[in-house]
Amino acid sequence: MHLTVITSITGVLVLVYILELLRRQQLREKYAAIWLAIGVVVAPLGFFPTILDSTARKLGIASGVSLVLFAGFVLLLLVSLHLSWEASRLEAETRTLAEDVAMMRAYLAEHHDYPIARSNNDAAKATDPGVTA
Amino acid sequence: MIDGKRVLIILPAWNEAEGLPKILREIQQKLPGVDTLVVDDGSVDDTAAVAAAHGSKVAQLPYNLGVGGAMRFGYRYAHLHDYDIALQCDADGQHDPSYVPSLIAKLDEADLVIGARFAGEGEYRVRGPRSWAMKLLSVVLSRIARTRLTDTTSGFKACNKPMIEFFSQWYPVEYLGDTIESMVGAARCGFVIRQVPVAMRERTTGTPSASPIKATIYLARAGLVLLLAMIRRMPKHIKAIQPATKKAAAPARQFAGRS
Repeated sequence: MHLTVITSITGVLVLVYILELLRRQQLREKYAAIWLAIGVVVAPLGFFPTILDSTARKLGIASGVSLVLFAGFVLLLLVSLHLSWEASRLEAETRTLAEDVAMMRAYLAEHHDYPIARSNNDAAKATDPGVTA
Repeated sequence: MIDGKRVLIILPAWNEAEGLPKILREIQQKLPGVDTLVVDDGSVDDTAAVAAAHGSKVAQLPYNLGVGGAMRFGYRYAHLHDYDIALQCDADGQHDPSYVPSLIAKLDEADLVIGARFAGEGEYRVRGPRSWAMKLLSVVLSRIARTRLTDTTSGFKACNKPMIEFFSQWYPVEYLGDTIESMVGAARCGFVIRQVPVAMRERTTGTPSASPIKATIYLARAGLVLLLAMIRRMPKHIKAIQPATKKAAAPARQFAGRS
């Protein structure tokens, strides 16, 4: 019965953590939905690791635990793939923003005496209230 | 202005405060009336201030985007400010601005002109795996572009107006993307690429790496970039940009291309 103790505690902790992140609005809705769904599925599995045994046998898999392992692996693969895609998209977006900032700075420097930062460090310092205050 | 055309030379620069004054002075002497844009790619030295002090237009990227990122910015700048011709030139002094007129002259028959080493002029030599990589790239890219290209990773290029518009909207920013993939993309969308021989000078600042391990990694990465460039789908709105050279193509071929 030791196994059930560990898995159930883990399941509950994962669900609680997801709910807490959601409550504090640290997860965007589109991610929230999928993680909530995962939490709701995982938590009961922790208490009753054997409930998937019959389903597993129908699929030709020896035990429910193997099925969970397989499904979990595929799920994590998909989640990380999704994150790579999101990161690529975000990088493209910040890049465009950086270009736009540079474009405006170039215009302002040419037509309105906007100061040219001596180096990038200066530019970073200028936005740091601790230095300018 | 050269022949009534507005010309912009884009110099991507990362910590090039040392080498910039020389190349900028040279451009102003040899090519009066040509605008320069130094794209300060998140430098930590005085690159931007030095460039401004030497009479160049300056754009400061808020953080380092890499050569490809700086170049895409440069093409966006050229497109926004309606330049007829944009050239890319290294800020470290290895590209001789005296070749700029010959690059521009070649734009009569092409959309993208590459200033190429190994094409008869200059003394530049590369050996070992790096040279194999370069040979492989030149064979494959020559086939794709249907013209002889001997120096595919050259950072010395000239673009006409449609090419500027194309690159302002689609310019690969990853490693080697700015040279290899950009050329493949342009060729796949029907732009005409040609090269003119140029002699490269020793860099005035910085040293090229020559380690065989690095060269092998370079070969692998170049292959990957090439593969990705071949299979990546070009977005529709990018494909819609028409090359200027297309009008000159034979009618029969144009008809065949449309069917």
